[in-house]
Amino acid sequence: MKVYMDHAATTPVDSRVVEAMEPYFSDKYGNPSSLYTAGLEAREAVEDARGRVARLLNGAPEGIIFTSGGTESNNLALKGVAFANRKKGRHIITTKIEHHAVLEPCEWLAKQGFEITYLPVDEHGLVKPESLEEALRDDTILVSIMHANNEIGTIEPIEELAGIVKDHGAYFHTDAVQTYGKIPVDVQKMNVDLLSLSSHKIYGPKGVGALYVRRGVRMDPLLHGGGHEFRKRSGTENVPGIVGLGKAAEIAEKEMDRDAKKLTRLRDRLIKGALAIENSRLNGHPEKRLPNNANFVFLFVEGESLILELDFYGIAANTGSACSSKTLEPSHVLSAIGLKPEETHGSLRLTLGRQNTKEEVDYVLEVLPKVVGRLRQISPFKTDFVMEE
Amino acid sequence: MYSKTLIDHFRNPRNMGRMENPDAVGKGGNPVCGDVMYIYLKIKDNRIEDIKFETFGCAAAIGTTSMITEMAKGKTLEEAMKITKKDVENAVGGLPPIKRHCSNLSADVLRKAIEKYLAEQKAKSGKKKGK
Repeated sequence: MKVYMDHAATTPVDSRVVEAMEPYFSDKYGNPSSLYTAGLEAREAVEDARGRVARLLNGAPEGIIFTSGGTESNNLALKGVAFANRKKGRHIITTKIEHHAVLEPCEWLAKQGFEITYLPVDEHGLVKPESLEEALRDDTILVSIMHANNEIGTIEPIEELAGIVKDHGAYFHTDAVQTYGKIPVDVQKMNVDLLSLSSHKIYGPKGVGALYVRRGVRMDPLLHGGGHEFRKRSGTENVPGIVGLGKAAEIAEKEMDRDAKKLTRLRDRLIKGALAIENSRLNGHPEKRLPNNANFVFLFVEGESLILELDFYGIAANTGSACSSKTLEPSHVLSAIGLKPEETHGSLRLTLGRQNTKEEVDYVLEVLPKVVGRLRQISPFKTDFVMEE
Repeated sequence: MYSKTLIDHFRNPRNMGRMENPDAVGKGGNPVCGDVMYIYLKIKDNRIEDIKFETFGCAAAIGTTSMITEMAKGKTLEEAMKITKKDVENAVGGLPPIKRHCSNLSADVLRKAIEKYLAEQKAKSGKKKGK
C-alpha cells in the first residue's frame, strides 16, 4: 500500500485545478499587461483568481499580492514593512517556533540594524499574550506570529494577539501557510494587517502564493520593475499558477468544512492508535491543533531511521530529528516546547490530506508499532537514555 | 542518498542485539547527538569469536555498526584494531558527506572495547604474577 501522509510538506494538485490551469500555458498565453484580447483574457483570469483568493480570507481583492509562494510572501512582509517603517522604529517581534521563512529574514534584518525579539511558547506551543504585551515597545513596528505551526500543528490565538498589537499601533503579520484553505481564515476577525499563504499546501501548484496586505499598510517591494501587483511585486504574473491558486481557493471554500471534519476524525484515530505504543507522546496542543496534524515522539528510536523504515512500507512521513536535517540541528520547534535533544530525535510528523482514508490510517497503525519495535530492538536504550560504562 | 549495501545492513542488521556475559563492551556516541553504539565481544585465544551490537541512530549509524561486526568477526584483536572509519565507509559503499563524522563511530567503539579488554587482561596477569 502507498500512503502519503506528509501534506504539511506539500499536496498533490487537485485534478480540477490542473484542468483550470491547462488553457493558460499554450492557448491563453497572453501577458496580462498587454492591451489586446489575449492580454485582457489573461488579465481577467488573474483578477478572477484574486477575487477568489481574497474571498476565502474575507479581505479586499486589492489587498492580494501574488508571489512565488510562502517564502516570498514572508520575506516581502517582513523586509517590506521593516524598510518602509524604519524611521518609525527598528524593533520586530516574532516567536521561536516560526518557519525558517520568517526566522531567516528576521536574522537578516538583525544584521541590517533591526532588533528582533523572539517570544517563547508553552509546552503545547502556544504564545502567551502576556509575553507579547511585555515585549511591545514604542519602537516596535511589526509583530509576526504564525497562525498554525507547520511541525506540531498548534493553532495560535491570533485574534487575541493581534488585538493587543492593534492598540499599540504596530503592524501584525501572520504566516497562514498551514491554515489558509484548511481552517477558517478571516483577516477582519483576526485583525491582521498582513497574511502569507501558499498554493501547494492546498492542492494547488507549487511556485505560487500570495501576501494579503491591508489597505494603508506601508510596505516596500522586494522586486522592483514594471510595477506589477499594485507596485508591490514586479514581474510578469505567473498566470497558470495564479489561476491554479484561485481554483484551489474556490474548492477549499466549498469543501473545507467537510474536509476538516473528516480529517479531524482520521487524525484522532491516528493519535489514539499511535499513543498505544509504549513510550510515545503527542507533541503540540491536544485540542488547538490543525485538523490534519499528528506529531509524536517515540523514545529510544531515531527519526530518520523511522522515516526510511516507513518508506519501505510505502508510507511517506516526516521528522524533526537532527539527523534528517541539512544542518544536523534538532527541530527548533520541538526544542522550544521543551523537548530534550535526545527526545527530539524520535519525532514523527504525520499530516493527513483530502485523499487519505480510514483504511490508510489503519494501515499506518498496523505498520507503526512494528517499525518502532524493530528500531527499539536495535537500540541500546530500552527504558531510559542512561549510558552506563 | 544511501548505498544499497548500507540500506541492506540497516534493514537486515547482522549480529544485532545484546550479548550475555561479553568479554568486552565498547560504548560510543551521545544520545543528545542522536548516535549511540554499543559493541559486545566474545574473545577466545586473542580472536573475536563472537560480536554483537546495539545502535540508537540514523540508518548510517545502524548500517555501519552492522557492517563492522561482519568485518571484525573471526579476526585477531590486532587485526580488528586496524579497522578504520574509512574501511567501514568503503565497505558500506560510501556515506553522504554530512554523515561521515557523526554516524560512523563504530571503528572507534570497537577499538575502545578491545583496548579495555587488553587493559583488563594485563591487570589480571599482573595480579597473578604478584601472587
